[in-house]
Amino acid sequence: MNPENDLIISQRLAKNFQRNFRERLIEFGLLCSGLIAIFITLAIVYVLVSEAIPFFQHVSIIDFLTDTVWTPNYSIKHYGILPLISGTLTTTGIALIVAVPLGTITAIYLSEFASHKVREIIKPILELLVGVPTVVFGYFALMLVTPMLQKIYPDLTTFNMLGPGIVMGIMIVPYIASVAEDSMRAVPMSMREGAYAMGATRFQTAIRVITPAAISGIVAAYILAISRAVGETMIVAIAAGQQPNFTFNPVESAATITSYIVSVALGDLEHGGIGYQSIFAAGLTLLIMTLLINILGHAVRKKYAERY
Amino acid sequence: MVKKIITNKLKHDEIIKAESKNLNFFYADGTQALNGVSLPVYENKITALIGPSGCGKSTFLRCFNRMHDLYPGNRYDGQIILQPDNTNILLTDVDPIEVRMRISMVFQKPNPFPKSIYENVAYGLRVRGESKKRTLDEKVEEALKGASLWNEVKDRLQDLAFNLSGGQQQRLCIARALATEPEIMLFDEPTSALDPIATMNIEELMSELKQKLSILIVTHNMQQAARISDYTAYMYLGKLIEFDATNKIFTNPSKKETEDYITGKFG
Ligand SMILES: Nc1ncnc2c1ncn2[C@@H]1O[C@H](COP(=O)(O)OP(=O)(O)OP(=O)(O)O)[C@@H](O)[C@H]1O
Ligand SMILES: [Mg+2]
Repeated sequence: MNPENDLIISQRLAKNFQRNFRERLIEFGLLCSGLIAIFITLAIVYVLVSEAIPFFQHVSIIDFLTDTVWTPNYSIKHYGILPLISGTLTTTGIALIVAVPLGTITAIYLSEFASHKVREIIKPILELLVGVPTVVFGYFALMLVTPMLQKIYPDLTTFNMLGPGIVMGIMIVPYIASVAEDSMRAVPMSMREGAYAMGATRFQTAIRVITPAAISGIVAAYILAISRAVGETMIVAIAAGQQPNFTFNPVESAATITSYIVSVALGDLEHGGIGYQSIFAAGLTLLIMTLLINILGHAVRKKYAERY
Repeated sequence: MVKKIITNKLKHDEIIKAESKNLNFFYADGTQALNGVSLPVYENKITALIGPSGCGKSTFLRCFNRMHDLYPGNRYDGQIILQPDNTNILLTDVDPIEVRMRISMVFQKPNPFPKSIYENVAYGLRVRGESKKRTLDEKVEEALKGASLWNEVKDRLQDLAFNLSGGQQQRLCIARALATEPEIMLFDEPTSALDPIATMNIEELMSELKQKLSILIVTHNMQQAARISDYTAYMYLGKLIEFDATNKIFTNPSKKETEDYITGKFG
């Protein structure tokens, strides 16, 4: 064997080793950051469950799920989560009624109709909306939207679910619009050309071809919006009244899971008391609700996986 | 009737279905992709466009259904006269949608819509406002038969179009274009993504289709042009170099450039 050749090969091997080592290091780094996210999630679940267990030793799960009164901090204590769930679902529902059509139409407009210039103006404005602190939205609901609604419907109480629900809807419009728009713009141009070549108008192309092609991303946008609405705290805490109330009537006041947690957590609570533990039971309920929404969303997305 | 008389009288002459006259085309960035192209498209004939990559074949083809209108800044200059109307379809007051309803297009890559097989074919009819189930059923069947796809899909019309093979998808796109009974069909390298058997199917199909309509096809495959077309145009750098009957172009071209390209000395 030629010694010169040998040298070259071993050099190359050394280089390979170096490269492999670098690759491994990067891989390890990526794995670590992934693990951190998983670890934090598990830690949250652990805290929620371990604090909720003593609560459920005191309150039966049946009562928790069927009792329609929630008064853990009153002298006559009831631990029925249903009022908080009804408040959460009602405000979320109102928000979606506002946000889904507005967000979808905005996305369709931005992706299929707006000129480059118009898009460059509208998108930053929408993103600005995302940056507004939710406390501001809360007072917006309380001081502006509810009084306006009272002009139309004088019997509306100061604290109600309708006002904060609508404001929450406005708040999540940009989330839906931006995620849905991204997925519509990702639809290949060849699909659009195919539709136009058939003699379709812009509107027909947008509604009958682009929207179904992007449906998986659009559904993802809705799921994000639902999670955002279910988890929203400040707006409802400020404007919905913090009154656990088992009702789906939007003109009544109510408390949501999150607004209960924040109101109780801000008060003086003895660590380990039943009131304190009830936060974790409520939090666990919220986590399970969000999980269910995500599983449902995943299933829906899989059904409509985008294929073009 | 009138047509028949003319054909009988001028035995060797063809009826012009559409004709580009001194057509120039400029992309938004200023690129001039077509330079004074004048070319007839004869009725019930297949006209093939050949030439090296980037010579402007697709650009030329896409002028016929005003596809360039989709992108701002593109500019046509010159005429494409559509018969029997004798109108220049490039005029801004001619509605491109109107044009696309009469001149349909099949693309290089099959691009079915994310819908069922049935809905893909029905799309053009629905766009035209047709919603009667019976009419739709009839026309969908007719178009799928016309595209030689009916036997393969008649039992699964509600399946998603993406579940078809590449060749079937392309025939579906042809059926989609056929359903609205266009007068001219444009094909941009329709078989370049297909295997030889699927290619053969589509070539046979085109030869049948020309009984009913006029075809303009871009192809990179010289044998294909020789096999299926009646007329061939050779383009180079945005210009039409030579246009003639296909067997003349392939056996005895009058321009040296054409001969060089066809014999593979160039391109
Ligand atoms: N969107 C565009 N903007 C600017 N120039 C373009 C655009 N599309 C094509 N061109 C240019 O126009 C010329 C003609 O392009 P065209 O796509 O018509 O060629 P072609 O003959 O179809 O080529 P191929 O055989 O590779 O498909 C080329 O020089 C190309 O670079
Ligand atoms: Mg091309």
